[in-house]
Amino acid sequence: MSVTVFVPRDSGALSLGAESVALAVAREARSRGADVRVVRNGSRGLYWLEPLVEVDTGRGRVAYGPVGARDVPGLFDAGFLQGGAHPASLGPTEDIPYLKSQQRVTFARVGVIDPVSVADYVAHGGFRGLGRALVASPESIVQAVTDSGLRGRGGAAFPTGLKWKTVLDQPSDQKYVTCNADEGDSGTFSDRMLMEGDPLMLIEGMTIAGLAVGATQGYIYLRAEYPHAHRVLSQAIEAAYRAGYLGASVHGSGKRFDLEVRLGAGAYICGEETSMLESLEGRRGEVRVRPPLPAIKGLFGRPTIVNNVISLATVPVIAEKGAEYYRNLGLGKSRGTLPLQLGGNIKRGGLVERAFGLSLRELLYDYGGGSASGRPLRAVQVGGPLGAYIPASEFDTVVDYEALSGIGALLGHGGIVAFDDTVDMARMARYAMEFCAVESCGKCTPCRIGSTRGVEIVDRILKGIDPGANISLLEELCETMVQGSLCGLGGMAPFPVQSALKHFPEDFRRTRQ
Amino acid sequence: MKALSPSEIETVRRIVAEMRERPGPLIEVLHGIQNDLGFIPPAAVAVIADALNLSRAEVHGVITFYHYFRSAPPGRHTVEICRAESCQAMGAEALLEHAERRLGVGLDETTADRAISLRPVYCLGNCACSPAVMIDGELYGRVTPERLDELIDDRKAAK
Repeated sequence: MSVTVFVPRDSGALSLGAESVALAVAREARSRGADVRVVRNGSRGLYWLEPLVEVDTGRGRVAYGPVGARDVPGLFDAGFLQGGAHPASLGPTEDIPYLKSQQRVTFARVGVIDPVSVADYVAHGGFRGLGRALVASPESIVQAVTDSGLRGRGGAAFPTGLKWKTVLDQPSDQKYVTCNADEGDSGTFSDRMLMEGDPLMLIEGMTIAGLAVGATQGYIYLRAEYPHAHRVLSQAIEAAYRAGYLGASVHGSGKRFDLEVRLGAGAYICGEETSMLESLEGRRGEVRVRPPLPAIKGLFGRPTIVNNVISLATVPVIAEKGAEYYRNLGLGKSRGTLPLQLGGNIKRGGLVERAFGLSLRELLYDYGGGSASGRPLRAVQVGGPLGAYIPASEFDTVVDYEALSGIGALLGHGGIVAFDDTVDMARMARYAMEFCAVESCGKCTPCRIGSTRGVEIVDRILKGIDPGANISLLEELCETMVQGSLCGLGGMAPFPVQSALKHFPEDFRRTRQ
Repeated sequence: MKALSPSEIETVRRIVAEMRERPGPLIEVLHGIQNDLGFIPPAAVAVIADALNLSRAEVHGVITFYHYFRSAPPGRHTVEICRAESCQAMGAEALLEHAERRLGVGLDETTADRAISLRPVYCLGNCACSPAVMIDGELYGRVTPERLDELIDDRKAAK
C-alpha cells in the first residue's frame, strides 16, 4: 500500500528548499522501491519548521522539520514512512503546541489538503457552504453574513454583510464580485497562504458572494509579487471549471458564475479598493473619489463587491455552519477568528488563527518565542506599513479592532512585525515616509508632496540639524497628511511616524555618525 | 527610440489581438508583452495605443505608473531584494548594501556584463522567513549575504 508524504508547495516553504526536498523524497523512494505518493500541500504556517514534511502513517499524520534535501536518505533509514524516530521528528502534526492551541476555522484545510484537488477539497468538507447557498435566497445568504458579524479582513474592518446588502439592493444588468488579493502590507502573508494552500475555499466564497448579490462574474486581483500563488490559483480555477463548480451552471444549478485572475503590476496603492478597480479596468491605479461607493458604482461602473481574500474565504464556513457558529467566536465587536501573522525579528514566525482575545504579549512570546536575534523586543508594527509602532510597555494590549484603536494603533490585515532593541525608530519613520513617496498614486497633494517633504525633514533630524524645530514641523506635516489626503495611504502613512515620535522620542534626539 | 524588430511587431500584434476583446485589457496586454520580450519597448506604445483605441499618453501613463513594468531590457537575471519592514527587522538594508557592493550597481541598475539587474521590492509575503529575495521569480527566505552570493554565482554559472 502506498504511503502519502506531504511536502509543501507554499512559497515560504519553497523559499527554504521544499522543492528539492520533494524531489529527493521521490528519488529516494524510487531507488529503495518504496511505494510513496508525494502530495504537495500548503503550509501549516509553522515557518521556523519549514520545510515541514508530513507522513500519513494510517494513524494520523506525523511531522518532521525542518527537513533539507540531504536529510531525506536519513529519514528513510529511520523508517519515517512508518513514523520512525529521527532528530527532525516533531510527533503528530496536530499535537505541535503552536498548532494545537489554535482555532483553525478559515485555515482549517490549509496545509492539510492537496490545494488543487477538487476531490480532496470535497472530502474535507469543501463546497458544503455552496450547496446550502444554492438552495437559499440571496437575502438569506446576505443576512447570514451580516449576522455572523464578519468584518472585512483586508484592513478597514467594514461589516461584510452591509456591503453585500448594498450590492444586492442595486438593480443592474451586471454586477461583479472582486477579490482584493493585493496583499501588500509588510508582515502579512495570510492571503498568500490561503491562496496557495486552499484556493478552492476562496473560489467557493466568491461563488457564494455571486449568488448572494446576483453577480455572474468574479475577478481576483492578485499582486504580481506572488507568482506561486498565481500558479496554484490558476490550477484551482481550472479544476473547479472542469468539475462544474464554476461556469454556466454552478454545480448543476443553472446559475452562472465565472472567475478569473488578473495580475497587478507592483503598486501598493492598488490594495486600496477604488485604485484596485481602476487597475482592473486597465488604467493607472489612481484612487477614485467616493461617493459613489463601489457597491453602487464599482467595476466598469456597475455594483461591485470588493472583499479581501480572508473575508471571502470565510464565507463558506458561515454558509455551512451558520452565522451563530461564527458569531460565537470572538468578543465585543470583533467576532469570529482572525488569522494573525507573526513576522520580522521573531523566533517562531508563522500563522496563528484564533478567536479574537489574545494579547500581543501572548502572541510574541508564547507563540513567537521572542526575538529571532535573542535580544529584547523593543517594538512591533501591527497592520502593515501604515500601522503604528507599539512599544514593549503596551504589549498587554489585546489584539482586536477596538483595543488597538484605543491605543492609537490599528489591526489592519493582522500582520505583526517584531523589532529587537537594535532598531532605530527615526530610520523607520523615515522609511514610512519614503515608502509613501514611492507608492503614492500622485492624485492628492498631501500624499504626493507631503511624503517627500517628510523624508527630507527626517533626514535633517537624523543629521542633528535643529531637531526641535524639525520635529515640530514633522508633527505638523503628519497632521496635514492625515487630515488632507484622499485615501488611507497618505492619510495613514503618518501613523508609524507619529507613534515613533511619541513612544521613542530618544531616537530622534540621538547624535549619529 | 529604437524601432521594433519584425518579430517584436509580430509579438505585440499577436498579444494585442488575443487580449483586446477582454474587458479593460491594457494591463493584461502589457503583462503579455513583458512576459514574452522581457520588457515593453517604447516603440510598442504607439502600436498598443492604436490597437486598443487609446491615446499614447494613456498607454505610457499606465506603463510608468506600475513598478513592475520595464521600458528597457533587464539583465539576464533579476535579483529583487525586499526592503519592507519585516525584512528590515532582519537585516535587509545590510543585505542590500552587500548586493550593491558585490554587483557594483545601485537599485534599478544592471551590471555592465548584462548578467544581473538589481531591483527593490516591497514585500514578497515571506515575512516569517525574512529577509526575502526573489531571483527570476523564485523566492528565497532567510537570505544571508553569503547565501545571496551563492545564489548569484549559481545563476551566473548556469547562464
